Amino acid sequence: MTSAIDFDTWACPAPLRSYPTIVMGHGGGGRLSSELVEHLFAPAFRNAALDTLGDAAVVPTDAGRLAYTTDSFVVRPLFFPGGNIGTLAVNGTVNDLAMMGAQPRFLTAGFILEEGLPLATLGLIVEAMAAAAGVAGVQIVAGDTKVVDRGHGDGVYINTSGIGVVPEGVSPAPNRAAPGDIVIVSGDLGVHGIAILSVREGLEFGAPLASDCAPLNGLVTAMLTVTPDIHVLRDLTRGGLATALNEIARASGVGIRYDERRLPVPTAVAAACDMLGMDPVYVANEGKLVALVPPSAADLVLEAMRWHPLGARAAIIGEVTEQHPGVVVARTAIGGSRVVDLQIGEQLPRIC
Amino acid sequence: MKYLDEFRNPEIAERLFQDIRAITTRPWAIMEVCGGQTHSIIRNGIDQLLPPEIELIHGPGCPVCVTPLAIIDKALAIAARPGVVFCSFGDMLRVPGSGKDLFRVKSEGGDVRIVYSPLDAVKLAQTHPDREVVFFGIGFETTAPANGMAVYQADRLGLRNFSMLVSHVLVPPAISALMESPTNRVQAFLAAGHVCSVMGYWEYEPLVARYRVPIVVTGFEPLDVLEGVRRAVAQLEAGRAEMENAYPRAVRREGNAPAQKMLADVFEVTDRAWRGIGVIPQSGWRLADRYRAYDAEARFDVGDIRTQESPLCHSGEVLQGLLKPTQCPAFGKECTPRTPLGATMVSSEGACAAYYQYGRFIPADIPLARP
Repeated sequence: MTSAIDFDTWACPAPLRSYPTIVMGHGGGGRLSSELVEHLFAPAFRNAALDTLGDAAVVPTDAGRLAYTTDSFVVRPLFFPGGNIGTLAVNGTVNDLAMMGAQPRFLTAGFILEEGLPLATLGLIVEAMAAAAGVAGVQIVAGDTKVVDRGHGDGVYINTSGIGVVPEGVSPAPNRAAPGDIVIVSGDLGVHGIAILSVREGLEFGAPLASDCAPLNGLVTAMLTVTPDIHVLRDLTRGGLATALNEIARASGVGIRYDERRLPVPTAVAAACDMLGMDPVYVANEGKLVALVPPSAADLVLEAMRWHPLGARAAIIGEVTEQHPGVVVARTAIGGSRVVDLQIGEQLPRIC
Repeated sequence: MKYLDEFRNPEIAERLFQDIRAITTRPWAIMEVCGGQTHSIIRNGIDQLLPPEIELIHGPGCPVCVTPLAIIDKALAIAARPGVVFCSFGDMLRVPGSGKDLFRVKSEGGDVRIVYSPLDAVKLAQTHPDREVVFFGIGFETTAPANGMAVYQADRLGLRNFSMLVSHVLVPPAISALMESPTNRVQAFLAAGHVCSVMGYWEYEPLVARYRVPIVVTGFEPLDVLEGVRRAVAQLEAGRAEMENAYPRAVRREGNAPAQKMLADVFEVTDRAWRGIGVIPQSGWRLADRYRAYDAEARFDVGDIRTQESPLCHSGEVLQGLLKPTQCPAFGKECTPRTPLGATMVSSEGACAAYYQYGRFIPADIPLARP
């Protein structure tokens, strides 16, 4: 060891130092993804609407506030139990808008198609998108198509963008969590991620699970009906509950604690995670949200969620504290505690 | 979940904690050998709930952590070659070699794939006869049967395009090396349950006798770990040194005979370098002579590789139980899971990563206000 180095003042000098190229982890929703956003995109595009780093931007217009967002979908396999890339593309953008309390109205769809894709396959995907848009109550009002050479894409990539209207008096945002807030999840965790893994090439393990892919705007409307004062809404997609809670804790400068025993985790998800050495709180969902609400409204919101089909298994799992700001802590099944940090990149199955 | 919830029961855990507190009269240092046990201890917060006299020392039993730098560098070199499909268990992809990791090689065009079983790599070799399929065969006695089976199958199928980069390590020689180290502080061992499910525990009986050290075969669920600790403490307090099996639902004394027979056919014992520790004599397996054709080191000319370990990393001392991860000057500063200097920070089973992930911040109490 070099004696000239002063360990007390040593800090990591360059956040992006270890990978000079994009690696898969940059798309994994963990620390690498957030560094890409914080150190590259956000500084380059800096503006008030972007800087909140919400699921969608809320922009003021003469006609009121609009929520505006975009999302791209690259998924293998294209079809999986409970949906396909088309249902994901519609519901993903609808949900990002809903997390700002917005009523989603209009979507656009951009398709990047690989040469050789059967038209029948594309037909199934587009039909599924139309059906999902109908369920969510949105219209797909513009689109674009590009074709790339065979071998330069995985069949279909889809980008969607969406616009929604934010009602007066409603403003959930990742930086609004306050000490005392109650943390509620809308239902079973990890279902989508395990359903996809269970049919992925080389890992077919026949879990009896279908993706939870669903539009959450109806559930959010039901919640906002009992109180417009919901502090934070976040859909639990890539990176799962743990990533969402970490992002909220950091954005709001608060600590979040939850009790593992209260997490709604289906047996099939828990078993698959145990087998693969994964943790359900990091597994992706496509039809679940976490809400942080003032304690006075928690029971009402929970009740409203449980009346809705997509919130029937909603549960209070924890609370916000002014202690340990920026850090998420879980109380473990046997009564210990542990830090629940951001993952680096993707969750990797453990060796043994 | 049946067969798991029974071993995570909070009421029984509390009773075991009480039992351990009741019998503990003075400080004891107990090493859990396996990285899977370390993971379980930190993930469940077991170390915080044990009496302060009991110190759990995290052992060298993380296969990712002890795989030597030279082998990682060879893996990187092979994986970067055109025509090669390099298959690995997932958590090896982020282990830093001298300059990069397998993720980086993949991003630069290497065909690196995560597989869940070495037999999947054999299948790939069958379906891609035009490609050289290489499997990264690392681990302890636990992963060895499947890796051995892959080579055995490839041989039976006559697959000429399959090979394995082998860096297998063995637990008993590591325990000997630790006990004979002049700086050793370990007073009892929790042996790795899954290693013993393959090898049995007859191999450990001579170690118990030679070093007068209690060894308790221990599982991985919270109650398994607590039962292992309870039995180790009971022996230490009574001045006994015995071989005990606290994981009888998975482990028999003789182990898995067919697996051992296959291992004896495919592998032979060799000296092995352990990352951060050094060469331990007769502490590893390599492919036996008759399977040498499947040895990736021989097939790809990667003999002369210069390695460069970070000078700041103390993972060797961590692996020997001489240093807690949090006592390393680099911990959480220049060394994090995002920018690991050593392998102990990489694998989720590595002691440093386990501390960073779960134990970095431990509040005194986290009562939840609402029922």
